[in-house]
Amino acid sequence: MRYSALRVLLEGLRRNTGWKPVWRDPAPQPEYDYVIVGGGGHGLATAHYLAKVYKKAWIAVLEKGWIGGGNVGRNTTIIRSNYLLDGNEPLYEFALKLWEGLEQDLNYNAMVSQRGILNLCHSDAQRDAFRRRGNAMILNDADAELLDQEQVRDMVPFLDFENARFPIKGGLLQRRGGTVRHDAVAWGYARSADSHGVDIIQNCEVTGFKIEKGTIKGVETNRGYIGANKVGVSVAGSSSRVMAMAGLRLPIESHVLQAFVSEGLKPIIPGVITFGAGHFYISQSDKGGLVFGGDIDGYNSYAQRGNLPVVEDVLEGGMALMPMIGRARLLRMWGGLMDMSMDGSPFIDKTPIEGLYFNGGWCYGGFKATPASGYVFAHLLATDTPHETATQLRLDRFLTGAMIDEKGAGAQPNLH
Amino acid sequence: MIINHPLLGPRDAQEFVYLGDASLIDRPDAMAETALNDFHDYLYLRDNPAGSHQELWFHEQGDRSWLVVTRDTASHEITHVELAVDYAKRRGRDR
Repeated sequence: MRYSALRVLLEGLRRNTGWKPVWRDPAPQPEYDYVIVGGGGHGLATAHYLAKVYKKAWIAVLEKGWIGGGNVGRNTTIIRSNYLLDGNEPLYEFALKLWEGLEQDLNYNAMVSQRGILNLCHSDAQRDAFRRRGNAMILNDADAELLDQEQVRDMVPFLDFENARFPIKGGLLQRRGGTVRHDAVAWGYARSADSHGVDIIQNCEVTGFKIEKGTIKGVETNRGYIGANKVGVSVAGSSSRVMAMAGLRLPIESHVLQAFVSEGLKPIIPGVITFGAGHFYISQSDKGGLVFGGDIDGYNSYAQRGNLPVVEDVLEGGMALMPMIGRARLLRMWGGLMDMSMDGSPFIDKTPIEGLYFNGGWCYGGFKATPASGYVFAHLLATDTPHETATQLRLDRFLTGAMIDEKGAGAQPNLH
Repeated sequence: MIINHPLLGPRDAQEFVYLGDASLIDRPDAMAETALNDFHDYLYLRDNPAGSHQELWFHEQGDRSWLVVTRDTASHEITHVELAVDYAKRRGRDR
């Protein structure tokens, strides 16, 4: 069923009795050409592009819970392409361009809102680094503007510009960045994939891989064995656990990142503001809640909840940056699982097992990459060659020395 | 989280810096034929279990000792804490 204003009008006149479930609930077939493990944003996007762009059929997405119940439902909904390095920036800019056409492609309102993202700087050295990053972005066809203090003041006058430790000296602005309604991304991709014949199978947990002579044959699940020619694993947060079933160890640690929402307020925050020096970033949802977060807790965790010291740190950062939010009440806080990789960058690659492909290691930045991640993973699955924007996201890059370390922090996942 | 320091008693985890999997104590033999691959695996690959995990914590704002903490990554429950030096010696290292 195609969505349109006319459809809404007609259904209104029919007392909304004509709406149907937007994806089927099929039983798993004994065999597929492509099995995607993980029904999150990335997995569903992979299925969508595999079916729609690469014209493949016999595709299943296996999800152990319900679709969109993992990290795509737990993030802070920001999209941007403000990366520095050649291995990363083309992919994220590809993602941003896909976001810009996503709703037309999916015929689904994902509430893509390009309200801009502003990174604040506090010193000459940081401004130099931002200038360099902005130039790298522009070279990759992204947009970037370096703002001085006055321009930042015009945009967001409520910040504390005279903070003794971190006075605000300017910022790097990407106007095309912004926010997207995260659940709608999962639902939109699911609806589109389903309409292109993809079987989305929920409550279907992969419990093992069947591998013969180094080649994948299929997956064992709690709903029986499912044969497959190619299996793509897209389960960021739990990558190590799933890939361990195929006998692989990954350059990944799982960490917890906390996020927060305040009570609904009138519009006060115009876009996304990041205060990297103080480990704090914030935006305002369309419902009015302030959505904010900071750093990961810093220790291995699968608990999907963090601890209070980081809560205190994030809120202190917020109070230092914009004291006006001090009287807003906190509504909710939660934690999500991060695949923290050894250089802070993701992996989209083949594995040593023929027919088994891996997508993960997204650290705390997977949501913004969702469309491109799905697109290039579908490209890899369909053609066995990496997409031109994802040639460096290899699993063996630590052996070859071709790390993509944006922060220059080294093999220390909790510092990326 | 409260880490029960073997010398100082219960201390807040905020006083510590986290390094990672305690397997980092088991440094490979640099002279071995397979040293390149051994060091790649040692430096970059992790078991990353959901469950019991032995890990290195450094008491930076305390007595600056390294501890091996056994902690459940699914619940954050700490079940065992010992000095890293004791752990290392037990594994055949001289310090």
